[in-house]
Amino acid sequence: MNFPTESEAKSIMQEAQIIYPEHIIHLEDVSVRYRVPTERIGTFKEYMIRRLKRQVQMRTFWALKDININVSRGEIFGFVGDNGAGKSTLLKVVARVLRPTKGRVIVRGRVAPLLELGAGFHPELTGKENIFLNGSLLGFSNREMLDKYHQIVDFSEIGEFINAPIRTYSSGMYARLGFAVATSSNPEVLIIDEILGVGDENFQKKCAVRINDFCRRGTSILLVSHSMDTIQSMCQRAAWLDHGIIKAIGEPAQVIRAYREKER
Amino acid sequence: MPMQPTSIYDSAQLVPHALQELKEAVRYRHLLYQLVRRDILTRYKRSFLGVAWTMLSPLGMMLVLSFVFSNLFGATRGFPAYILSGLMAWNFFSQSTTGAMSSLVWGGGLLQRIYLPRASFGLSAIGSGIINLVLSFVPLVIVMVATGTPIRITAAFIPISLLVLACFTLGLGLAISTLAVYFPDVAEMYQIILTAWMYLTPIIYPETVLPAKYQLFLHLNPMYYLVKLWRLPLYDGRWPTWGEFWPAALISIVMLLVGWFFFTSKSDEFSYRV
Repeated sequence: MNFPTESEAKSIMQEAQIIYPEHIIHLEDVSVRYRVPTERIGTFKEYMIRRLKRQVQMRTFWALKDININVSRGEIFGFVGDNGAGKSTLLKVVARVLRPTKGRVIVRGRVAPLLELGAGFHPELTGKENIFLNGSLLGFSNREMLDKYHQIVDFSEIGEFINAPIRTYSSGMYARLGFAVATSSNPEVLIIDEILGVGDENFQKKCAVRINDFCRRGTSILLVSHSMDTIQSMCQRAAWLDHGIIKAIGEPAQVIRAYREKER
Repeated sequence: MPMQPTSIYDSAQLVPHALQELKEAVRYRHLLYQLVRRDILTRYKRSFLGVAWTMLSPLGMMLVLSFVFSNLFGATRGFPAYILSGLMAWNFFSQSTTGAMSSLVWGGGLLQRIYLPRASFGLSAIGSGIINLVLSFVPLVIVMVATGTPIRITAAFIPISLLVLACFTLGLGLAISTLAVYFPDVAEMYQIILTAWMYLTPIIYPETVLPAKYQLFLHLNPMYYLVKLWRLPLYDGRWPTWGEFWPAALISIVMLLVGWFFFTSKSDEFSYRV
């Protein structure tokens, strides 16, 4: 067996960098500032009067402050923290919903957000129509959705109800269809915000199997959960966010311990 | 199998917003199709006559208006056809701009959760408007035949009139939906403005009934040029002159550019406004 020379090795590494960029998600000094008016100014007239009098007072606060995180291909990264710590804001920055006020975000590949299952479903449309509508919200063409259609219907276990208006669905069916559509593609990044408690035990198992499949195929997953067991068992790394600052990052067990110690 | 990244998002890329939004809207063209489809499907889903209402409602409005105003302006040749042709253009304009505004508000929740080109909502409102407009040609042809208004070859100019009207409508729709994100009052205010605007535009009355001193105001109203450009080839049955065409085209291009740049300069902040 021939070992590559140093220069060969270097070029192989560079090639690998292009095909397998090390970090799928790269957050560099990311800060997000919200500007909230101290009192609500709802009317145009009021706004203009105050603007002229220079009375528009804005309270600014930093939802995220100088966040640096890199997530590798196939890695499951968890976030813990109290409500309002900035976890959801961070997911929004990765999902391209919010542009950071400062810093830089690079995401290599398609992001499938599982933020709230079935967001964008229209109650009057049938399950089938909603599959295509929801697929287009995720950026898929009709033809791509046609290829996935049967697989989505099978996975969601909707059966013949697929041609009934979605307002007649139970909340479980709704969530199952949402999960099936959102995970029907092979996203490079999957964002999961507290939604694993969907459906009955059987369906939860199916979800877990699918998520594991994704990881094996190289999908990176960002997971927000208040269940320390979920973070501990699923994630390779985790971070504890507190008031927009990373307090601890690394081994899930250590991060959870640090988070719990502060609670006391 | 290595997965090829389908796209790379870099928040630091300095692409002009207005251009980037255009590229993204093209990339999400399937979304546009689905949003228009959803609009059309859901609007009449629970009603018995369904999409037929798209044709019946302007017809009904035309009947009421021509009945009420026939004594006043009845001398106008083919008065019902005159009203209906103007009403078509006006309804397209008012429904599409209102739709752009309300669908952005509807999509507001969605914009918090998932990335979409923000202009998709405005564009889809125009798309639904065009579908409805095309459908309302059915009652128009019926009314034109019934009133003995000749349908001439000049109707072939209509696609150009529509393009000019649609550009103006998109520009204004984007501009007011941007304002409505910041000031919810704008949505209510706009409905009042629309009503006044309609009566200030010669739609249900012929422009000749206006006294000469008010003619100046007519020429300050952009919709005057646009409705006229729509009506000339359709109702009057003659090709628009260059002097009738260029003010309308100029107004609508300027409005489109102003609306698009205003919208895209603010659209990044939309998801910050809860």
